[in-house]
Amino acid sequence: MEFNYEVEGGNFAKAGYAASSVKKVLKELNVDPKIIKRVVVALYEGEVNVVAHAYRGNIKVDIDTERIFIEIKDEGPGIPDINLAMQVGYSTASAMVREMGFGAGMGLPNMKRNADTLDISSSVGKGTVVELTTYLVK
Amino acid sequence: MKIKEIAEILEAKVVCGEDDIDRDIRCGFASDLMSDVLTLDSENLALITGLANMQVIRTAEMADVNCIVFVRDKHVSNEMIEVAKENDMVLLECKYSMFNTIGKLFQAGLAPVY
Ligand SMILES: Nc1ncnc2c1ncn2[C@@H]1O[C@H](COP(=O)(O)OP(=O)(O)OP(=O)(O)O)[C@@H](O)[C@H]1O
Ligand SMILES: [Mg+2]
Repeated sequence: MEFNYEVEGGNFAKAGYAASSVKKVLKELNVDPKIIKRVVVALYEGEVNVVAHAYRGNIKVDIDTERIFIEIKDEGPGIPDINLAMQVGYSTASAMVREMGFGAGMGLPNMKRNADTLDISSSVGKGTVVELTTYLVK
Repeated sequence: MKIKEIAEILEAKVVCGEDDIDRDIRCGFASDLMSDVLTLDSENLALITGLANMQVIRTAEMADVNCIVFVRDKHVSNEMIEVAKENDMVLLECKYSMFNTIGKLFQAGLAPVY
């Protein structure tokens, strides 16, 4: 099963739309609620990162019986130093983003904690690709 | 502690989820930082926040939080109520400051997450 969502940079009113619909799908598929929470928290953090830091993005969610694979791809400024960005507390979020309740520098570490694998590739001035995998069978 | 008791202690207005105010709440967590809330694993938790926007509701949805107390006389929008309803959340609006709100709940025996 594959689902695709578009994400608009800067549009906080719609941030969470993808994570919310994926949550509904996973519930319907009777996925373990603990796994659902891990998946949607990681996806939501990724979705908010596109809204907060990039210009536009695409989310692809691929679900089969063994795993959930998510690709979050954006056009944006990119991440110059991924190791630095992964550190708790590191954030370049704008004042507007902070006013929305984000910018603690915890999103990427949260994603790492909640996904079984997290891969980030980025090119400065072009954009970022975040890939998350969660296994349904251990 | 029941949500109903929280509402009484805070003289709060129940703006959504009136039918669920008999639900039990085990602990409270206060934050205006949504990524902070997204690290929690606790069940039956009440989120206490001074931020009133759609992202608070979305964050609660993802984190399986179903009771939110908005402090400092912040008001929730109709769009927020709509999404909260879809997710069976109870929303409370209270006039007290964050400090006062948390103090009253702590004194009444609501446990911290850590
Ligand atoms: N998609 C992205 N495009 C460009 N930069 C990004 C992207 N995602 C993350 N970053 C960079 O990495 C930093 C850390 O991201 P992280 O999600 O951990 O924290 P945050 O978004 O700043 O705050 P929080 O997630 O706690 O609300 C960001 O501040 C930003 O500089
Ligand atoms: Mg983030």
